[in-house]
Amino acid sequence: MRKVWDIHGGVHPEENKQQSNQQAISAAGIPEVLVLPLSQHIGAPAEAIVNVGDKVLKGQCIATAKGFVSVPVHASSSGEVIAIEDRVIAHPSGMSAPCIVIKTDQQDQWIEHNGIEDYSSLEKKALLNLIREAGIAGMGGAGFPAAVKLGVRDDQPIDTLIINGTECEPYITADDMLMRERAEQIIEGTKILRHLINPSEATLIGVEDNKPEGIAALQKAAEGTGIEIVSFPTKYPSGGEKQLIQILTDKEVPAGGLPAQVGIVCQNIGSVVAIYRAIKFGEPLISRITTVTGYACEQQKNLEVLLGTPVNYLLQQCGFNPKNCSRLIMGGPMMGFTLENTDVPVVKTTNCILAPTAKEIAPPTPAQACIRCGLCAEACPASLLPQQLYWFARGKEYEKLEEHNLKDCIECGACSFVCPSNIPLVQYYRASKADIRQRDLDAKNAEHAKIRFEARQARIERLEAEKIAKREARKAAAQAKAASASDDKTAKVDAVQAAIERAKAKRAGNTDDKPTRESLEQALASVEKRLASAKEKLAQAQQQNSDKVAAFETGVEKTEAKYQQAKQTLEQFIAANTTKENHQSNTETSADNSNDAAQQAIARAQQKRANKVELSPREKAEQAISSLQKRIEKTQQKLDIAKAENSDKLAIFEDSVKGLQDKLLAAEQELAKLPAAEQTPETVASENPAAKTKTAKQPVAGDDVVQDVIAQAVAKRAAFSSMSDQERLQNAVDSITKRIEKAQDRLAKAQAEGSDNTEILAESIDKLTIKLSDAKAALTEKAQH
Amino acid sequence: MALLKVTSPHATGPMSTQRLMQLVLLATIPGVLALTNYFGWGTLVNIIWACLVAVAAESLALMLRKRPISFYLNDCSALVTAVLIGIALPPYSPWWLIFVGVSFAILIAKHLYGGMGYNPFNPAMVGYVVLLISFPVEMTMWAAPKGAFVGSLPSIADALGALFMGRDSIAAFSIDGITMATPLDVLKQNNSLMVSDIWAQNAQFGHWAGIGWEWVNIAFLGGGLFLLWQRVFTWHAPISMLIALSVMSALFYDGGSSASGGSPLFHLLSGATMFGAFFIVTDPVTSAVSNKGRIIYGASIGILLYLIRVWGNYPDAIAFSVLLMNFSAPLLDYYTRPRTYGHQPAKKPKGGS
Ligand code: SF4
Ligand code: SF4
Repeated sequence: MRKVWDIHGGVHPEENKQQSNQQAISAAGIPEVLVLPLSQHIGAPAEAIVNVGDKVLKGQCIATAKGFVSVPVHASSSGEVIAIEDRVIAHPSGMSAPCIVIKTDQQDQWIEHNGIEDYSSLEKKALLNLIREAGIAGMGGAGFPAAVKLGVRDDQPIDTLIINGTECEPYITADDMLMRERAEQIIEGTKILRHLINPSEATLIGVEDNKPEGIAALQKAAEGTGIEIVSFPTKYPSGGEKQLIQILTDKEVPAGGLPAQVGIVCQNIGSVVAIYRAIKFGEPLISRITTVTGYACEQQKNLEVLLGTPVNYLLQQCGFNPKNCSRLIMGGPMMGFTLENTDVPVVKTTNCILAPTAKEIAPPTPAQACIRCGLCAEACPASLLPQQLYWFARGKEYEKLEEHNLKDCIECGACSFVCPSNIPLVQYYRASKADIRQRDLDAKNAEHAKIRFEARQARIERLEAEKIAKREARKAAAQAKAASASDDKTAKVDAVQAAIERAKAKRAGNTDDKPTRESLEQALASVEKRLASAKEKLAQAQQQNSDKVAAFETGVEKTEAKYQQAKQTLEQFIAANTTKENHQSNTETSADNSNDAAQQAIARAQQKRANKVELSPREKAEQAISSLQKRIEKTQQKLDIAKAENSDKLAIFEDSVKGLQDKLLAAEQELAKLPAAEQTPETVASENPAAKTKTAKQPVAGDDVVQDVIAQAVAKRAAFSSMSDQERLQNAVDSITKRIEKAQDRLAKAQAEGSDNTEILAESIDKLTIKLSDAKAALTEKAQH
Repeated sequence: MALLKVTSPHATGPMSTQRLMQLVLLATIPGVLALTNYFGWGTLVNIIWACLVAVAAESLALMLRKRPISFYLNDCSALVTAVLIGIALPPYSPWWLIFVGVSFAILIAKHLYGGMGYNPFNPAMVGYVVLLISFPVEMTMWAAPKGAFVGSLPSIADALGALFMGRDSIAAFSIDGITMATPLDVLKQNNSLMVSDIWAQNAQFGHWAGIGWEWVNIAFLGGGLFLLWQRVFTWHAPISMLIALSVMSALFYDGGSSASGGSPLFHLLSGATMFGAFFIVTDPVTSAVSNKGRIIYGASIGILLYLIRVWGNYPDAIAFSVLLMNFSAPLLDYYTRPRTYGHQPAKKPKGGS
């Protein structure tokens, strides 16, 4: 016997299972109309792919999964689609939702379908896809898409696969009958899952000890397979996923987490059979076992029901007497919800239709005051303090509720069950949870708006302040100039400024460069990562039944689109580049024809030397400064990264930035000294090149290749240096303006998409604007001189 | 068929508040019988009168608060308060004493705070303490137990007479010695005799504690065990209180010297120990709610009880100890929250508040 653990709390409501587990499962038959809701699972509703008037066959896919967490819907019998419209569905709120309505032709004609003999030859992905395409969603009650739950990431090792045959809710015997009659299918399905998940330790089927026949049947079927059937004492709610995990492994699923985080995957027994049929026979999920019970029905039994069968069709078959019925419940007496309309269809999650008499389940009595007896806390399987939660819920103290972990309430109803004052505790929790979700949503929106507003305000203020500072600096400069014409310090400052601008402009130009392969690959990898995390979040949200599901879904879809895009770009880039590279090598070879490599090397060296020789001291100093600035920037970048990563190299980087800045200061000072010696730097700068070009041109006559190259380089250099500072600044301004325009374009797009890049883009625009105003200021100053 | 819309769970457990209260009332019977046997009809008369006053006061309060009277009266909580006060007051108390105590308990201690479930203090104990402070003489006139004095217990007629006209007007009470210091008083006032000498010199001492008292306590213990068995409350608070009391008295027993506070058995079976442990400490409304909290709550009451009994100004101290701990129950709740499933370790409460 395997050791089992106990859970905190729990209750023992009257089981009432013997009424419905006496008869074998029988087929409910084909109703005249089938109503198939597009959303029978947690996640995005499926999308209809048939039209009114279409003839459909049994098992034909009539709506496809839309998004990652979604499953398709199949016709459960053959017939004609007569409507695609909103119908009342099985939902606690009694709401309507889009459904495909099929008028059956009673032929029950199957679409062609094929199973797979040897599933072990299939890839994991392909298997998962088959499960998904078969429309299988958790049949234990929640309706979570099975493929999503089974698609554990490779970096999450699973040690235990648990098949949930607990069925702890009173009255329901659907799983019990399944075990008795179809134990082999359960075991075969479990084998498929074991193959898929490959748990490192054990594969367990957990069953409460009130189903001895089911346990015996399973044990017989499981002989020699290594699958263990574990029975444990009957107690509600042992069948909750978290509770079952605790019972079988003594592990707790972390709050807000998934079982996979503790190495466990859980599936309901009904889903396992559905998976078996999907793989073995290629049959999609189109029917399920539903218990119809309660003494307001003459017969209580389990029916194999085609999905979409209206509840009243089933009730009729069981001799339902509405007069005796105190309330009609879909699901069990602990967690089911009442139906106000018997037209609602049976869906993938419908395990029970309960029609109790007033004697079985009395009409609700008015609640009395809470006497703080603590019975509810004794009963709570999550070890919460339900009476405190109730207190806070009544006072709408949401912080307190969260502090007392309302989120971890699984709404099992054990607390309300024991409450002597008949307080509908769970109802309070549901309402409070909804309120908290709404409040969080509002708060988030408000916070976003606030941040955006503040950022804008700060931006405006900064620009304003910079403008004023510039104006004042200019004024001061003008005054200083007027005061001492010979003192051309400002001119020097301007020159330095110009150098900085140049460096910046150059760098800006660089960043504008075409994307490299690495950068594209990086982008792809990061999108991939984001996609994975988005999927995970979605899965979590779905498991917790959070209403953020929709938001996460769109997120996943968008990220997926981005992922595809990034992939495409990369592929295109690779394709384009290979041709480009070929091209380049072609031209190079042609060049090699005339010049041999050695000569080229010499030429380059000479050119370099020439450049250096030709440089005036001032130019040298300027070059030194810009190179220093470049280095500072680079180091600064590294520093930022280090900071972001909290690296321990932080201190080193900081030191080197400081050192470089010191050097820069020194270089600038040197530069400042220079003009004094050369008197008029501007004229020197503009006259010298001409002279140099002349001297450099002479060797051209010599017709030497080397000399030629040198000459060309020198000419280029001359052209560049003959470009006045003003022109260069103008260039910089132009390029920055262009970049701002581009960035604004992107921002607008991002905003339209609601992308989370907006913040980053807005920031970069800010930066560019500042640069632009700097450059412009420098330009005007230049113009004034 | 009217298809109702009701949220889950649809099934409900067998326990109801009314039933809980009725079980508590039922469980007091052995104790009341023992009291009646040893001290005469006084307690029973107290209880009946207290119940009448309580129902009237509860109805009045509900009427003033515009609540459905029969619905709330049905929960029997007023009766429980009345019975507890009736038991706690000395037998043969005058009508006005009970009237004041019960009215105060129901109107002020219960309904002024918002009624059933909202009262931070145990109403019965509030009523008791108000009386003890206002009318110390009447409150300490405990009748002597049968067998501790010569002569027989007063009759029913005498008891009723005492209720409405006072003890002085009834002949049966003129016998000297019908009221007597309780064993707890005796032991407290003692500072020269060994414990064994006290036993020898005072008529009201029995096998383990006071005559009558020991059996009254055993009877209440029986009632309490019945309630435990019925799962009306958990063992945590009462048992930890009894253990704390035993430990304290064992520590200060001092070999039965003249400075002894009395043996553990003496304390367990004296005064209102068992009554307090199973009928007062377990009042759900005013105690801590988590199991850990209840253990601390009960143990603290046990310790306080001993301290006040031996060194305080009042001979018995259930009421004071309980009220003191009522104060701290919310705090206990705050710091003894159980660890929620999936949380490792339990969420630490942030700051005070
Ligand atoms: S069970 Fe009901 S009455 Fe008792 S403490 Fe919980 S909520 Fe209050
Ligand atoms: S419904 Fe929530 S609070 Fe109540 S017992 Fe279940 S988990 Fe605990």
